[in-house]
This record gives sequence, structure tokens and C-alpha cells, in this order.
Amino acid sequence: MTAKVHFREIDRNNTGFWGVLGFLGLLLALGLFAAYNMEHHGHWITGMNQQIVWGTPHVFAVFLIVAASGALNVASISSVFAKTAYKPLARVSAFLAVSLLIGGLAVLVLDLGRPDRLIVAMTHYNFKSIFAWNIFLYTGFMAIVGVYLWWMMDPPMQGYSKIAGFFAFLWRIILTTGTGAIFGFIVARQAFDAAIMAPMFVTFSFAYGLAIFLLVTMAAMRMAERPIGSAILTRLKNLLGVFAAASLYFVVVYHLTNLYATEHHGVERFILLDGGIYTALFWIGQVLIGYLLPIAIVYHPTLGKSPAAIAWASVFVILGGLAQMYVTIIGGQAYPLILFPGMEISSTFHDGVVAEYAPSIYEVLLGIGGISIALLAVAVGMKNLKLLPESLEDKYVDPHASS
Amino acid sequence: MTENNRFEEARRRFLKGAAGAATMVLAPGVILQQVAQARPPSQPASSENRWGMLIDTTKCSSGCDACVRGCQEYNGWGGPDSNEIHSSEAQKAQWIRKVEVHDRQTGYSHSLPVMCQHCKHPPCVDVCPTGASMKRADGIVLVDKHICIGCRYCMMACPYKARSFIHEELHDQLPTAPRGKGTVESCTLCVQRVDKDGPNAVPACAEACAAEGHDAILFGDMNDPNSKLSKALEKYGGTQIRADLGLDLGVRYLGL
Repeated sequence: MTAKVHFREIDRNNTGFWGVLGFLGLLLALGLFAAYNMEHHGHWITGMNQQIVWGTPHVFAVFLIVAASGALNVASISSVFAKTAYKPLARVSAFLAVSLLIGGLAVLVLDLGRPDRLIVAMTHYNFKSIFAWNIFLYTGFMAIVGVYLWWMMDPPMQGYSKIAGFFAFLWRIILTTGTGAIFGFIVARQAFDAAIMAPMFVTFSFAYGLAIFLLVTMAAMRMAERPIGSAILTRLKNLLGVFAAASLYFVVVYHLTNLYATEHHGVERFILLDGGIYTALFWIGQVLIGYLLPIAIVYHPTLGKSPAAIAWASVFVILGGLAQMYVTIIGGQAYPLILFPGMEISSTFHDGVVAEYAPSIYEVLLGIGGISIALLAVAVGMKNLKLLPESLEDKYVDPHASS
Repeated sequence: MTENNRFEEARRRFLKGAAGAATMVLAPGVILQQVAQARPPSQPASSENRWGMLIDTTKCSSGCDACVRGCQEYNGWGGPDSNEIHSSEAQKAQWIRKVEVHDRQTGYSHSLPVMCQHCKHPPCVDVCPTGASMKRADGIVLVDKHICIGCRYCMMACPYKARSFIHEELHDQLPTAPRGKGTVESCTLCVQRVDKDGPNAVPACAEACAAEGHDAILFGDMNDPNSKLSKALEKYGGTQIRADLGLDLGVRYLGL
């Protein structure tokens, strides 16, 4: 028998909490300052241009949106796959998922050329556009996970939470498929236009979401001075290793397929061999830091048992994820469009050459502002709602432990 | 629908007849051909037309950018007097550009202008979330700047890099071609001229090319088998850039 889990808000007099809140508030202020400037002056103050039309804000935004659906993993495993060990963390998982999505969407919206026209995006729809679908997928995700959270937390409704959990799980798979398809559906660009983008993004989301979830949970439990046992950490870190390995698998298949087709040799050479910053970010950032290092840590006989090392593995997965988004989104645009296959082309509009891009401080601040929105929401949530368990000691999470 | 079409046909016959009678009565000897062919402002664009261009790259000279300058002047973008004063070179709009193509194997080189290809199945229209990116019934692909939110997905999706985003507040705009900060724009096929003059319209690029003596750009109605454009296409063929994408382009090239 597993002991009954109690949930409690973070204490009012927790000074660490107020410190974190203040720090996140500062980051948010900087992000809003950046958004104001981009809106007021226009995008010329950013590094984005006519060739790199989606820049660093999109790296952060897509990363957060992808991670959002992955952050729901733990709740899904507990509800849909009936693994009671994860149940004490299901609330944090669902709340974090919605928070990350809000953070990512905020960046996406504030980067629009006309953010003041958000209402237009809500009233005019082109249903052939995957972007238009995504508007429904995102708002639907918030609504479904909101209901799921309510049913998990409200005792009379708890019997229904499994159904809500099931729908939330289905929805998050569709949502990340939609996010991957934003790139998969772009026929024009060599780096995109591939069906594998969708399942690959779903797999990325498992890893990124879980890494953020692990860090947020460990930090919150530590700040609230509540214990975490090794049972739950072992389960989660093993899962993180599996997700990182699965991500690596998809990346290998994607590149192998491209390498087989002669028409893609150019873009593969660019990303894998001579793309400068993109090649470095791919090998060192995405592959080494994002996959190999965390896999090595979590499965290492001694490191794999250390909470600090597990936290580092999570940090590495996140850094690798940001590198992956940079390589995918910006690298995919930097490689020139092929107008005349087999020909050399040149023009006054960067045809036939690698596009240049250097992010401006505004873009970075806006992206970090998005992260701060997500974490602020989580902090405020944990302060006011019964999200965080009082303890994650083994007897609360391990179905084999005795109470 | 068919009822409507029949009505439309009858109405047209009547109007034609009435116009003919009026011409005979009011202005003997004067035939107002221009008026008869142009579309009145009250009528929407019709799918009976498909406006397009044929660009003969064998007449297009490598150093010449008259078409680009003609477009800039008529539509008020770029050039030495560009009103994008803050934007870097890489951030400035480019509706039409000259592309130099070189075959390393054979040494064959040629030069051609690339602008919006006015696809029949435009990827920019497919991906636009709000429908701001749109194709008129007569095949002209445009941006409705009132509902463009500036997401730039169309720019990601365009295989021809034909679209530009405006990175700053613009002043001194031309009343005929309004442009707005934070929205996307591209070649309109000089839609104002097309609406005014119908098949007799000459887009600014074609006009400038002809003035330069090259006469490489031919505008016309691809749906009208008797148009000069259709006849030229029938006789010489015409290649589409990235025809493999199957987008059925409104701009065709000779000598590619």
C-alpha cells in the first residue's frame, strides 16, 4: 500500500519563494521592455531579416510550446497508464504544461508584426493553415488540461479525472504533431518538408517537457523544504534517458534519409559539416549536450543516483533542446532556397548564399521573458493552489513500499 | 449557381448589345475598345481571366535591372530613395530581383527577374492563418494588409522568396501602393493597372523592360486563347521555376 499523499500550498513566509518571484518578475519586465520596443520601432531592431524571418523569439516560443505538451507526460502516465507512482506529481505536471504553453504563446504573439491584431487571428480563419488549426489546438489544450486539473483537485470530481487525462493525452499528441507540421508542411525548404518532423517533435517534447518538469519539481520541493525520495527520481531520470535516446534516434533517421537523397546533400552538408554556428550547435549543442551527455549521466551507475547529476542532465536536455530549435528553425532558413536545382545562382537578394543572422538583445530578452511568464505562473500556482505534494518520499510514490 | 450563370450571361449579352447600340447612336466611328475590355470597379475579379506573364530570358540582359527599378518607382519600395531608412540591407523589401543563373558544368549563364509567381496553388495562401494571403479569382496573389498579423509564415512557405516583411514605420508612401509596418507584401502584378486596363495593362516591370529596348516581359490573359500571351506560350512553350512543386505558376519563362 502506498501512503496517502497530501498536497499543500507553498508557505507564506517562505523567503526563497519571494526571491524567486522577484527575479522572475525582473526577467518578465525585461521581456516586456523588449516586446514594447519591437512593437514600437518595428522589427528592424532585431536581427531578423527578409531571409531569416523567424528568429530567436521563435526558438524560445516553439521550444516552450513543444515542452508544454511534454510536461504533461507525468500526469498522463499516472492517469492514462495507471501508474500510481506518478500520481503525486500529476498536478504539477498539468499546471506546468499550461504555464509553459502560455509562456511560449506570449513570445509568439509579441513577436508578430502586428501583435495589436491578435483579435484578427481569433476572428479570421483559413482552415487550410496549420497555424489556424494550432490556434484551436493551443486554446483547446489549455481548456482540457484546465478541466483535467480541476477534476484531479476537486474530490467530488476525482473519479472523472482519468477521462480528462485521456483526452488531454490525446490532445497533446495532436498538438505537438501540429507544431512539428508547421515545419513538416513547408514544401519549399530543403530542411523541412518531411513527415518525420511531426513524430520527431512529439519525441522532442517528451524529453524537453520532462527535463523542465524535473528541474521545476526538484527546485520547488527544495525551496519548500519538502523531501524527494530516490524512487521517483530514479523512475523519472530513466524516462529522461529513454526520451533523449528516442530523440537521437529520430534525428539520426531524419538525417540518414536526407543523406540518401542526392537533392538534400547540400543542406545536409550545411548542417552536418560546414554550416559554422549551425554545425557547431548541432554536434556540440544538440547531439553532445542534448543527447549523449544526459544519457551517459542518467545511466551512469553512480552519477545516475545523484539528484544533482540528474538535475544537470535535465539542464543539458534543455540546452540541447534550445540548440536543436536554433538549428532546425534558423539553420533551416539560413540554407538558401533551391530555385534552380544543379545551378549556381546569385542576386542582390541573397540568392544562392547562406543567409546571415545575429540575434539582437531584444529577441533574447523576449524569449527569456516567455520562460519567466511560464515559471511565474507555476510559482504563483504553487503558492495558491494545492499542487505540490507535502512529500515525495519513497513510501508515497513507490507502489511496492509499505506505508 | 447555373441559374446565376445564365442570368449573368443574359445580362452580359444585353450589356454588350446596349453598348453596341449606344456606340452606334452616340459616337459613330468611335469604338471605345478600352472601356469594353476593362472591368468596371463594381464587378469582382473573374475566374474567366488568369493574368500571367511570359519572360523571355534570352532577351534579358545580365547587367540590366530596369524591371526592378520600374517596379520600385511605381510601387514605392526600395531604390536609392527607399523609405526604409532604419532597415539594414538584408531587412529591406524586395518585390522583384534579378537572379543570375550559372551552370558550372557547361558554363552557360543567363539572367532573369524573379518576383511573385502568382501560383495557381500558392503555398503562401495555404499557410496563412487569417486568410490575409489570398488569390483573386483572376489568379493574382495578394496580401490583404488589413488582416495580415505579420506572422511571416507565408515567407517561410514561399518557394520563390517573393515576399517581404516591413521592418519599420514608413512615411511618404504612394497612394496607389500602401504599405504598412509589420505586414507582408509582394508583387501585385500591378493590380491597379490590371483592374483599370484589363488585357491592355502593362505592369511596371514590363513597361520598364520595353522602354529599355529588351521587351522581354509579356503580360496577358492565360485563359484567353487569342491573347498574345497565350499564343506565345502555345508557340514557344514556357518553363516554370521549380515546376516539380506542381504549383502551376502564372509567370512562365523562356530560355531557362
